[in-house]
Amino acid sequence: MNLTVNGKSATIEAQGNVSVLQLLDLLNVSQKEYVTVELNGDILDRESFAASPVQDGDTVEFLYFMGGGAL
Amino acid sequence: MKLTEDQINRYSRHILLKEVGGKGQKKLLEGKVLIIGAGGLGSPIALYLAAAGVGTIGIADADDVDVTNLQRQVIHFTPDVGKPKVISAKEKMQAINPDVEVRTYQEWVSAANIADMIADYDFVIDGTDNFAAKFLINDACVLGGKPYSHGGILQFDGQTMTVAPGQSPCYRCIFPEPPPKDAIPSCSQAGVIGVLPGVLGTIQATEAIKYLLGQGDLLTGRLLTYSALRMRFREIPFRKNPKCPICGEHPTITTLKDELDAMTVCDLGH
Repeated sequence: MNLTVNGKSATIEAQGNVSVLQLLDLLNVSQKEYVTVELNGDILDRESFAASPVQDGDTVEFLYFMGGGAL
Repeated sequence: MKLTEDQINRYSRHILLKEVGGKGQKKLLEGKVLIIGAGGLGSPIALYLAAAGVGTIGIADADDVDVTNLQRQVIHFTPDVGKPKVISAKEKMQAINPDVEVRTYQEWVSAANIADMIADYDFVIDGTDNFAAKFLINDACVLGGKPYSHGGILQFDGQTMTVAPGQSPCYRCIFPEPPPKDAIPSCSQAGVIGVLPGVLGTIQATEAIKYLLGQGDLLTGRLLTYSALRMRFREIPFRKNPKCPICGEHPTITTLKDELDAMTVCDLGH
């Protein structure tokens, strides 16, 4: 399955359906508990990660908290 | 208001631009921008907005200048160590441009004071270093209909976006809730390369200036990310999130509250 992940093409070797939750593990995404996932332009609910399938050709963005600025 | 001869001289490189001109420079001089945070991001923002002739600039920060700030907070100088950051910032801003009125707020923003603080300004800039303040600024600006620029930095990476309430998605459309306290490292824990806030802060100041001028396209509906190590900018388009807790279809946040779980000791003024 070919995806675009954070602007780069990525190939996922997987049997059957892959959910967003599984994708986090397959891609070894950092800060899994806090990362925001945008799938084809839509921001997903954290609760829906397990039920959201990823399909060939999808565009996925992982968005991270960045809190610095003043200190 | 008519530009004086001194002003025509001082702002001549602005006035030459067809997107600015004398008319645009007057808009800047009549403009009011509030900068929350007088640190890494706030430093270039305050310096450039003052130099540009933004007529009224508010700057809010309760902190004093520390020697560890000087590696990146370029508005503060070595002799300023120990001085309130807002006073140190005001001195430099007025030295660059005595034309500008600088209002200082030597306090942390909170649910109790932020609505009053932002009310008089045209545009707000988030240059804070913690999620409690970042979410509070988003909420106050969305509820108050105040356009603002979000900015965040860590180590070698930064991100920024502009929020035009009612028209564009907000910070909570991407990040509905703050992370638990201490889940995400801060710059004081994880470090930050000193030039990074210069890049991000200058972009935020550009947004304020464009907003006041009414020129160009704001950074709305797009999260701009910057990696200094890879020297790469990326733009991630995003839409309004119908489930956004503050600007979605069924908002659950209708009044301002402090995100106590995201607060650090320093936010509480200790």
